[in-house]
Amino acid sequence: MLQALILEDNVGCLMSDGMIILFALVVLLGAVGGAAVMTWWERRLLGVWQDRYGPNRLGPFGILQVAADMLKLLTKDDWVPPFADKVVFIFAPTAIVMAMMLGFAVVPFGPGLQIIDMNIGLLFFLGMTSLAVYSVLLGGLASNNKYALLGGLRSAAQMVSYEVFMGLALMGVVMLSGSFNLRVIVESQADGWYCISQFLGLFVFTIAGIAESHRLPFDLPEAEHELTAGFHTEYGGMKFAMFMLGEYLGLILISSMIVTLFFGGWLGPWLPPIVWFGLKTFVVICFFVLLRAAIPRPRYDQLMSLGWKIMLPLTLVNLIFTGAIALWLTGGGAA
Amino acid sequence: MLELVLFYMASTIALVSTILALTRANATHALIYLILSLLAVAVIFYLIGAPFAAALEVVIYAGAIMVLFIFVIMMLNLGEKGDRREKQLLKPQVWIVPVIFALVLLVELVLVLSQSEPATTQGLVTAKQVGLTLFGPYVIAVEIASMLLLAGLVGAYHLGRRYLEEGREAKATRDKGHQISQEGVR
Repeated sequence: MLQALILEDNVGCLMSDGMIILFALVVLLGAVGGAAVMTWWERRLLGVWQDRYGPNRLGPFGILQVAADMLKLLTKDDWVPPFADKVVFIFAPTAIVMAMMLGFAVVPFGPGLQIIDMNIGLLFFLGMTSLAVYSVLLGGLASNNKYALLGGLRSAAQMVSYEVFMGLALMGVVMLSGSFNLRVIVESQADGWYCISQFLGLFVFTIAGIAESHRLPFDLPEAEHELTAGFHTEYGGMKFAMFMLGEYLGLILISSMIVTLFFGGWLGPWLPPIVWFGLKTFVVICFFVLLRAAIPRPRYDQLMSLGWKIMLPLTLVNLIFTGAIALWLTGGGAA
Repeated sequence: MLELVLFYMASTIALVSTILALTRANATHALIYLILSLLAVAVIFYLIGAPFAAALEVVIYAGAIMVLFIFVIMMLNLGEKGDRREKQLLKPQVWIVPVIFALVLLVELVLVLSQSEPATTQGLVTAKQVGLTLFGPYVIAVEIASMLLLAGLVGAYHLGRRYLEEGREAKATRDKGHQISQEGVR
């Protein structure tokens, strides 16, 4: 039964078992390395857009800054505050990294280049991003600090609200492609990327994605100017680094998901598929950094009313129109 | 074979973490065990051939409903006072009667299960099948559930609105008082 299940669930994968394990390792290392380099790249890009240099001293173009930061974080005292809930405090930063890493399992990097080709791949991704929320929540709760608690409370409300239309925005894509399988979704975009027909979905998913990975401009759980550092006020050293790693992994995961769902994934002429996938993801990541540089942080009630009064109606309109058009194209109902 | 091993592992985790969720005095710890139990149930769903139900279990129960539970715990922020009160409530005497009733139910359940045919899985249950069943034979249940949710929504809106208006009135009277006192100064 299980064998059949996995076979059924892993139809598009051309690799043998050993190859898959090797590939999973490559993806893991690539994702962590990518997240580390992202910290430097983001600071350089922000520098360019804010008319300054950013870290440019160590190594070519300052890229060794990543190593310096890592050394600094590794050698810092790994302190747990005596008033904190110790076990939960230590567990919290690992949750976001684990969930985001698991999310990479379903991303199709190229034809056959996928760790597991699940039939419910899209739902698996949504599940993993919703589990990543616990990291922020538990971190804020276990710190036993009022700023951390306020940050955690905000993130709970923010993420639960934005998760609703994050999922709903993707249902248009699911309707058009007829599958939750990410490989099928990419293949069905061969004659037109969904960023054209599903532009409303793309718009809502992008904003919900930023809110979900709590990055600027939606980093209200952190909000330095009012909450010190929000949910990770009490965190330092490697545990703080884990939160940051999780955030950057989330950014890469959301970007690769946007590419997979709306920009045709690995599809593209001339260049090999994996290069196309990498290029597109890179452009989306840079766009996220640009958003961070360009848009100020909204007030908390503005964030909530933007979500429920603009995003949700937009998604529902998108859903109704997509459903109607899909029904019309298939000739009046599948049943 | 592998499927059986995985099934028993997942069900052991589900059972143990559920029991731990019931017996913890600290509300946060109890909730973490409950989340673990829900994830284990999701694995069981996947193993018996219902991947769609498994995914929804993770997205909705573990990912959304439990977040709201933690939200409430954060709002109340009971801390150690709450732990102590909970410990008093969880005295051993309290468990006697519920354990007896639960044991009776367990015996009944075992008897019923031993007489009925073992449930066999009919292959994979896909998302499409779930949708067709929900909006086919069970459409009334879906409609009733949506009515219930709508009632909840209207109720929450009403409560929140009253709170907002009271806040506005209080602010208005405060501002008025402030004006009068300023005039008095003048």
